[in-house]
Amino acid sequence: MNENLKFIQGNEFCVEAALYAGLDFYAGYPITPSTEILEHMAKRLPEIGGKFLQMEDEIASLCAIIGASLTGHKVMTATSGPGFSLMQEALGYAIMAEIPCVIVDVQRGGSSTGIPTHVGQGDVMQARWGTHGDHAIIVMTASNHQDVFAITVDAFNLAETYRTPVILLFDEVVGHMRERIFIPAKGEIPLVERLRTSVKKGVDFHPYLPREDGRLPISDFGEAHRYNVTGMVHDMWGFPSDNPKIAYGLVRHLVDKIENNTDKIARYKEYYLEDARTILISYGSAARSALHVVENRRSRGESLGLLELQTLWPFPYSLVQEKCADAKYVVVVEMNAGQVLQSVKICVDRPERVFLANRIDGVFITPTDIRNILRLIEGKGV
Amino acid sequence: MERHRLVFSGSGGQGIITAAVILAEAAVLYENLIAVQTQSYGAEARGGATRSDVIISDSAIYFPKVIQPNILVCLTQEAYNKFNPIIRPGGLLITDTRYVKTYMKVDAQQRELPMYQTVMDNIGTSIVFNMCMLGALIGITDLVKSESIINVLKTSIPSDFLEINQKALDLGIKMGNAYK
Amino acid sequence: MAIKDYIRERFFPHIWCPGCGHGMVLNGLLRAIEKIGLDKNEIVMVSGIGCSARISGYVDFHTLHSIHGRALSFATGIKMSRPELKLIVPMGDGDALAIGGNHFIHAARRNMDMTAIIINNRIYGMTGGQHSPLSGYGTMSATSPYSNIDNDFDVVELSVAAGASFVGRTTTYHTKQMTDILGQAIIHKGFSVVEIMSQCPTYFGRKNRLGSAIDMLEGFRKNTTPIGSKAKQKDPDLIERGIFVRKKMPEYCDEYDKIIKRAMKGN
Repeated sequence: MNENLKFIQGNEFCVEAALYAGLDFYAGYPITPSTEILEHMAKRLPEIGGKFLQMEDEIASLCAIIGASLTGHKVMTATSGPGFSLMQEALGYAIMAEIPCVIVDVQRGGSSTGIPTHVGQGDVMQARWGTHGDHAIIVMTASNHQDVFAITVDAFNLAETYRTPVILLFDEVVGHMRERIFIPAKGEIPLVERLRTSVKKGVDFHPYLPREDGRLPISDFGEAHRYNVTGMVHDMWGFPSDNPKIAYGLVRHLVDKIENNTDKIARYKEYYLEDARTILISYGSAARSALHVVENRRSRGESLGLLELQTLWPFPYSLVQEKCADAKYVVVVEMNAGQVLQSVKICVDRPERVFLANRIDGVFITPTDIRNILRLIEGKGV
Repeated sequence: MERHRLVFSGSGGQGIITAAVILAEAAVLYENLIAVQTQSYGAEARGGATRSDVIISDSAIYFPKVIQPNILVCLTQEAYNKFNPIIRPGGLLITDTRYVKTYMKVDAQQRELPMYQTVMDNIGTSIVFNMCMLGALIGITDLVKSESIINVLKTSIPSDFLEINQKALDLGIKMGNAYK
Repeated sequence: MAIKDYIRERFFPHIWCPGCGHGMVLNGLLRAIEKIGLDKNEIVMVSGIGCSARISGYVDFHTLHSIHGRALSFATGIKMSRPELKLIVPMGDGDALAIGGNHFIHAARRNMDMTAIIINNRIYGMTGGQHSPLSGYGTMSATSPYSNIDNDFDVVELSVAAGASFVGRTTTYHTKQMTDILGQAIIHKGFSVVEIMSQCPTYFGRKNRLGSAIDMLEGFRKNTTPIGSKAKQKDPDLIERGIFVRKKMPEYCDEYDKIIKRAMKGN
């Protein structure tokens, strides 16, 4: 038996991926369907000398990991919709203060308390715009365990590269499903470490003066440089400012450092797109049903393809436009009322040819659900 | 190999999900097969209706749920009432005589087995009911080898419990073999 | 080191109103730190939002001006991830006990080594004088224009009940005692709470006709008394000052180190 071969839940695998990426600090609060992440962290972190905290709520959890990130640690928290709602203010803080962290949202069905043990993908727009004010954000997802691993490691790498929170938008099916996976060998996936300042002790350090390439070298709390960190609009010292020029420069920097790198951040997989007349666009667990349909129809000689998005934000508009340029129909497959649909419609040449195959009832979308929509589009009736 | 689609159903606390996980894990770790296991359950940790789906195959599995199982296990009346119509024609339906009274003629092999009673008579505790069920299942179908199941048990349960689990598994296998 | 060396002169003048007690707390705190002889590099100050929260910007430590009510949560992450750092968390009464009330009691319960300073001026100053959980019954504020019907917390009793291992109270009038209690709180190994009654002449003073800042300070002198004094027996309405609780209890980071040892041994 191969030691790296495992048969475990997505949530547990996400923990192993985070540890692989160098995580050594976690704080969280129990919430279905993400709780297995909290439980495995409680067991695994002390085994490697890392720190685990169960906090009094999700707000405190995110605040605690932001604090730990400032002392130089790779950090993460995990939650589901209601907890993610509570985290929005601190999420905005981490964006504004440019503190790397990873936040996992294992999505459940419905809004509010919803259907905690069932699946949904309704947090796509919340992940983008849940916290107030202009900002950019990185949101990633995956449909199978091998990708959960790669994308989780990627999330840590992107958080460090861009000094920003990264949201991992998983869902109940990916989180609870068990499937066969191989844990990659050490070194197989490259890791990005935090860029630390080369400014020497005693020399004036400007914690919030980005380099020309937009990157912002940090000095850990407890190290040589003492500076202020704030959620207010701030100058290059991290001190609050209401100077319009400074405010403009800061907001531009926060948005541009991510949106100008959309191509570099975009992760996706494509199946049979070259000659596809109909393209399915999907993500997360819903993409499994989409791929099932595509493989089935391809075996019958039909020209169906799948574009599986793994980066949802910044939305890869030009990628989607390019991939869908020759398609007769585009069908977005998701488990919400059409949250990615809107972005797809914005960027394709013929938005009237974009359709939605979805479910919003907490039930995992089936290949039959997708086939029914395809038949309707093709004028065949269900 | 033919793709096997299984649904295990019963109530929380019967070990339905554990049995499903052990079977799928045995297939993946010790028989070089591909498997996916999912579950659906309510808010109750004990007593609620529970269902776990397992697909075992030698090729990639995308859609992880089972719509029409070719093997359906029902360990409560409620589960039987709810799920007996979904069985694939020609499939296998396993029920426990103590908990389920069958009333439908389904187009499937119907195996009503005294699993609970056998476990209580021979071992005296219901906590290994699920292992007896798993034994009956592989006794009828040869889905995985019993050694693979035992290998999984060795790594997943406390060693004090290994013996009774193994005993329950063997009782099940014997019961299942009769219907091979 | 001179007191001046602990501040970031670049960012002065400060934003506080004339007569505000916050500068006096800052002064008392820096004197306490100087007396203990802490290195600036080993101190992290975390604050929330409000007038009090601006203290963090003015001191030359590692400073985190965080979000409203959550300063202790940020501090918990910093301390847990780097236990050798000294954490000082100044908060206003609304910041610490309204929006941050839950974090406050849980931080006290956890007993992680840090010092929470509650600067109690009984009002939300930054937003213009609304009543806080410490304003008390019968007080006037922008949001209790007909008189306040909300009862107040007793910070000391609340902290003790929540499990803080060090609890003290003083006022901006009693500057020597302030420096002394703050110093002892910082040295204390565990979660320490110091309530400092402070004046907001701009809002609480004006709305409640308490006179100038000096009149309010005078009020602290008259209305408080050392713990267990004879004066208290005669006049139970007097508010006691001093150190109410100081006990040795297992500290959270130390306890977690034991967990790491157990986990690494595999049991």
